[in-house]
Amino acid sequence: MNEVHHPQSEAEACDLIRQAAEAGTALSLIGGNTRAGLGNRVAADAVLCSTGLAGIVDYEPGEMVMTARAGTPLGAIEAALSANNQMLAFEPVDHRGIMGTQGEPTIGGVFLSNASGPRRLSAGAARDSLLGIRFVNGRGAAIRAGGRVMKNVTGLDLVKLLAGSHGTLGFVTEVTFRVLPRPESEATIVLRGLDDATATKAMAAAMAQPADVSAAAHVPQAVARTLPEASGQAGAVTALRLEGLSASVTVRAASLAARLSDFAPVDTLDAAASAGLWRAIRDVTPLQAHQERPLWRVSVAPATGHRLIADLRHHAEIDALCDWQGGLVWLEMGGAPQADLLRRTVAALGGGHATLMRASEDARAGLSAFEPQPAPIAALSARIKAKLDPAGIFSPGRMAPVLRSGVGTTGRTG
Amino acid sequence: MSQTIAFLPPRADVLSQRARIIADLATLLPEGGLVHEARELVPFETDAYVAYRQLPLAVALPRTTQEVSAVLEYCNRHGIPVVPRGAGTSLCGGAIPQPDAVVLGLSRMSAILEVDLENRVARVQAGVTNLSISETVGPEGFFYAPDPSSQLACTIGGNIGMNSGGAHCLKYGVTTNNLLGVTLVLMDGTVITLGGSHLDAAGYDLLGLVCGSEGQLGVVTEATVRILAKAEGARPVLFGFATSREAGACVADVIAAGIIPVAIEFMDKQAIEICEAFAKAGYPLHVGALLIVEVEGSEAEMEAMLAAIVAIARRHGVMTVRESQSATEAALIWKGRKAAFGATGRIADYICMDGTVPLGKLSHVLQRTEEICTGLGLRVANVFHAGDGNMHPLILFNANDPAEAAKAETAGNEILKVCVEAGGCLTGEHGVGIEKRDLMRFQFSDADLAQQMAVRYAFDADWLLNPSKVFPLDGRPAA
Repeated sequence: MNEVHHPQSEAEACDLIRQAAEAGTALSLIGGNTRAGLGNRVAADAVLCSTGLAGIVDYEPGEMVMTARAGTPLGAIEAALSANNQMLAFEPVDHRGIMGTQGEPTIGGVFLSNASGPRRLSAGAARDSLLGIRFVNGRGAAIRAGGRVMKNVTGLDLVKLLAGSHGTLGFVTEVTFRVLPRPESEATIVLRGLDDATATKAMAAAMAQPADVSAAAHVPQAVARTLPEASGQAGAVTALRLEGLSASVTVRAASLAARLSDFAPVDTLDAAASAGLWRAIRDVTPLQAHQERPLWRVSVAPATGHRLIADLRHHAEIDALCDWQGGLVWLEMGGAPQADLLRRTVAALGGGHATLMRASEDARAGLSAFEPQPAPIAALSARIKAKLDPAGIFSPGRMAPVLRSGVGTTGRTG
Repeated sequence: MSQTIAFLPPRADVLSQRARIIADLATLLPEGGLVHEARELVPFETDAYVAYRQLPLAVALPRTTQEVSAVLEYCNRHGIPVVPRGAGTSLCGGAIPQPDAVVLGLSRMSAILEVDLENRVARVQAGVTNLSISETVGPEGFFYAPDPSSQLACTIGGNIGMNSGGAHCLKYGVTTNNLLGVTLVLMDGTVITLGGSHLDAAGYDLLGLVCGSEGQLGVVTEATVRILAKAEGARPVLFGFATSREAGACVADVIAAGIIPVAIEFMDKQAIEICEAFAKAGYPLHVGALLIVEVEGSEAEMEAMLAAIVAIARRHGVMTVRESQSATEAALIWKGRKAAFGATGRIADYICMDGTVPLGKLSHVLQRTEEICTGLGLRVANVFHAGDGNMHPLILFNANDPAEAAKAETAGNEILKVCVEAGGCLTGEHGVGIEKRDLMRFQFSDADLAQQMAVRYAFDADWLLNPSKVFPLDGRPAA
């Protein structure tokens, strides 16, 4: 077992990192480690963990802004927000169920994996809520980027660069993010029994209405039976969520239901049933049971998701679930991961990216967990990485392309 | 105005080769695509930050991404600085050229390439105007959300460079939140595509890094933007208060109550008078401060939200509440607000600050702004996006009076210091450009700036792209 460092202050983290850079000691950067297995195998000599840096630093509900140390458990953040009737806009995904991991997710881990749930469609990704960060770069220097206001174009936006960098560019010690008032009410319009192509049309029609749909997902019949009982267990479920003032939700639900009734009979789920359904979609509960099966998370244009599923069905046994109006496809493979087939199909359908979320060690060999980038972008990314982490000590290999031979990474480039 | 902001010294080797450079560039561009006669260069000598003017070496007006790539590759090979330009509406000098630079103007790349309603995206060339996207998709019930005041003229490429906002970003976010992809040409001519019609990045979020980078990292030639379904209805409502303090407190309480209208715009007495004289929008003239609050949605939603806002405004002693009664009246209310800068320009020269502060500090910063300006014997008009704390004090002065011009610049710098000390930032949506470049150390430590500059190096190792902007000229790392 590698040594695990738990710095208790940013200054301590700076010292540790400076020493590691001098010694050439590679560090695997982690938070609660509930997303262990996301990314390629890291060739590290030690672990640098953020959980020693915990606690809410500043919270101004009236300004809709919170600052917290990166290792603060997500549960503590959500409890504080909930007490003030607020929430994280992007509905962070809890990856423990699909990845079979334990422990507590941290707020830093949420932003470093850009873990955005169903409301990403209407309210932006985790990166869109992140206003400012403090991080330690690969030289051991403490850096502040962004700030605590929503509009800020002062200098380069290193905040977005670090968000979603999975601990390969810097050790984030503190995050400042925007929060939103919790909607007074929610309801979900459910269309039943639609095939994937028709469901896509229905979701596009809903998003073209002035109904302010906050989330749109389609769960095909094969996996819908594992949804919460109230959502119904017979046949495919196409769901559209409305949130806001109670009076407004009622009016919008009625008008949207009328508009969509040509597609299928329409049900309306009340707030409790709606919340249960979207929690299941957010955490992908229908695809949690078979931990041995490879699971992909694919982002494509919304109208393309169902075609991706149909094309892949000709070649492989798959189960799937679509969020984000059809553009986020969770794909469970019956056998091998089929990375080449999947990525070729995504490219042929107009582009996007596929991330391997779950697979056995054997199945991963020779695969890049993250979508391989065209050469000029890969080279640019490597140059950027070298500017933040010159010694290449932060989570080497996690985001880097994996060589086909499966012997490991192309070096300490990501 | 006093010429206190320095540019990098022109590269003598570039100036001496001017004739050859012009001849070479002409071969890379279509007929009429290269401007180099002194008389024809004048329109490019400045932008909306008119205090500084310099003629560039030449102006390239490419029509395709390939031509942009050829020009950049040539300039990179010969060490020639390049200043990208959209419509030249920058308020911070972001598009002001320098004598040894080629201006790369995107105005001829103004096509809307594709509208894809099913995926709710539009793919456009960088020189397309902001407003023309909404005009194109409007008949289908859609719009493009970021709406800077200059939206009639400003281009998407420029919006991406400055991460532009607008009045309605309280609900819909700024450019970076509505941008899905770009075609970007790097300084060495390499063309890369970031993002597309899908969401989020495959690797590092280079799209997020490029947005707001002020032409420092590359030249955007095409963009894929999110379009949204238009709300059922929208209604701006005027709230008049006795003083700025009460209006500011009302804004903070509305947000704290969990109500997020699409826009909350603030005007003080000076701004109300200027805008009303210009637009005849029916603004109340007996009040000391005005809020324009816009709600949208179904009739039920607007009614419910307005009722809640009115109740809060009454607690702060609101003097007048006036709902727009027709689409014409609503348009007039916005016309007055969006004309604020132009209307101010009719009565005096002005510089416009753009600091953003936490909402709880609005009243404090307004008061300090007033004190700073009156202390220097200057008038100030405040008109800004209150819901997100993005302040726009317009400092009025006479440009023909060098002493007063210098005072205006001093006042602006002092106000921005106050914004940073209040926990805010130097610029919310206008950008750093040359205007705020030398103030960057108010906000960032040397280590913070060094890290940003190091990342900049990864894109443009010779610092040829818009090189006099954003980062203080001293303390730049050696190549």
